[in-house]
Amino acid sequence: MADPTTPPTTPPTTEPTTSPTTEPRGLSLAEGIGRQRDYWWTVFKRTWRGGIISSFFSPLFYVLAMGVLLGGFIEVDPSRLEGATSYLAFIVPGLVVAHALGIAVGETTYPVMGGLKWHKTYWAQAATPLEARHIAGAHLMFVLFRLATACGVFMVVLAPFGVFESWWGPILAFGVQLLTGMAFATVVMGIAVRVRSEEAFGVIFRLGVMPLTLFSGAFFPVSNLGPVMEVLARLTPMWHGVNLSRMLCLDTVDWPVALVNVSVLAAVTAFGWFWAARGLERRLVL
Amino acid sequence: MILARGLRKSFGDFEAVKGIDVDVRRGEAFGFLGPNGAGKSSTMRMIASVSPISGGELTILGMDPATHGPTIRGRLGVCPQEDTLDNELNVRDNLFIYGRYFGIPRGEVNSRVDELLEFVQLTDKARSRVEDLSGGMKRRLTIARSLVNRPDLLLLDEPTTGLDPQARHVLWDQLFRLKQAGVTLVITTHYMDEAEQLCDRLVVMDKGLIAAEGSPRQLIEEHSTREVAELRFGIVDEGNIHEQIAEKIGDLGRLEVLPDRILVYSPDGEEVIAKVHERGLEPIAVLVRRSTLEDVFLKLTGRTLVD
Repeated sequence: MADPTTPPTTPPTTEPTTSPTTEPRGLSLAEGIGRQRDYWWTVFKRTWRGGIISSFFSPLFYVLAMGVLLGGFIEVDPSRLEGATSYLAFIVPGLVVAHALGIAVGETTYPVMGGLKWHKTYWAQAATPLEARHIAGAHLMFVLFRLATACGVFMVVLAPFGVFESWWGPILAFGVQLLTGMAFATVVMGIAVRVRSEEAFGVIFRLGVMPLTLFSGAFFPVSNLGPVMEVLARLTPMWHGVNLSRMLCLDTVDWPVALVNVSVLAAVTAFGWFWAARGLERRLVL
Repeated sequence: MILARGLRKSFGDFEAVKGIDVDVRRGEAFGFLGPNGAGKSSTMRMIASVSPISGGELTILGMDPATHGPTIRGRLGVCPQEDTLDNELNVRDNLFIYGRYFGIPRGEVNSRVDELLEFVQLTDKARSRVEDLSGGMKRRLTIARSLVNRPDLLLLDEPTTGLDPQARHVLWDQLFRLKQAGVTLVITTHYMDEAEQLCDRLVVMDKGLIAAEGSPRQLIEEHSTREVAELRFGIVDEGNIHEQIAEKIGDLGRLEVLPDRILVYSPDGEEVIAKVHERGLEPIAVLVRRSTLEDVFLKLTGRTLVD
């Protein structure tokens, strides 16, 4: 207990109020994000154990069940598997992208709603020199970190299964997995900062994540969907990510197509970023 | 520290703040007193530079919040009405992380956190999760958090709403000590006792406007009498019995007729009671007390502060 007769342990600042000497612009994006590093590190230290199950064991089970066990029944001419020598080799590059999608959406739905509605951490942050773009940016950097650790571990574990055809392809594919994850993370964050109720997330998972995972070429070639559905599937960012990841892992890169894939993913990410930052600003600055 | 002229805030068609003038000077404790919905919190959010003004002028620490928001916020401490602590982090981490948002180096934040925990008497709880704290402890932690950047100006929005009397007194003691140390405080409250205890100067707000301004003592002297006699006549079934009684005692002083009692404003409350009895009226309970800010508010707006 502090002695009530002692002066407060928090002395006031005594420097006189002066005219502003700092730039009106505020903090740079990097500075603002950097100031939240300790916060997100604390969040990570608190949640990483739970993350192991969802980000490591469940995809591994998928690989074993779908790739190894179910795949054992599948004998197809490699030409019908986009150049993969086995169903396992076909499914792995797409599976990691699907995993990235799941993490990206998981980290930008309920946690964003938490920051705004339940824990109100975003509001507390907005009362400091941080601005909406810094808050959104730091959250997305955390998503990128989660993607990098989860996809990175996944790819390393898969390497001994003999599913990669070159040493450099999987490294580039890893970058593609991160990019695909960020494309979805930014856009879904843009939605999450605009909706008032978490019920919207059920729709995102059921009508967004689920069909994208199943029908964007991760588990079977999109050519099996029929001409109309195939065109639709190829329009999704998910297909661009899966296709690029697979071409890189299987060393079957068609560079003009790869350029289109990267451009689509980068464009979606850029749009998502501006949209999310703007949406959060509108929500926080009333 | 704060200069507002004709300050307004609208949300669509609704005008929450309808043009107020405010001056807050260095080192004083300034209050916004008013009922819920008076525009206090909207004003506070504009001062905190998180809500753009809709009209008029506002200068905080010599800067325009529209252009220097982040710089101003870097020098403010904000204790919001609703706790925005991170419930899943422990007490210490909440303070540490918040200090980092201001760009304070880790070592420096750590030593400030120790000081602040001591100041708000939460050193023993440093490793407890915020979830497990009582309402009063959470409030104290929020106040400690708002001090982590050593602010020039501390904004407290309804600091003791929802706390039990004991917790309120602990908090008031801490705020009083900050005031003694020269921290400029801006407080909103709908508790008149809080305003009287803490504020050097205050404005009474009602419906988005300032109804009166001054020190608690000045306001009471200007708008009320020294004493108030409260007369209760019990539950009445029929008619306006209060109105009838009021007619009989209207000459004893200014009257406020409330649903449950009649207030008579007079320099001498005992004398009023004596005269009431002389006129054959038999109140079931009487109370003579000093005038408070509640009486000031009642006179200015015709309503009580807490409905």
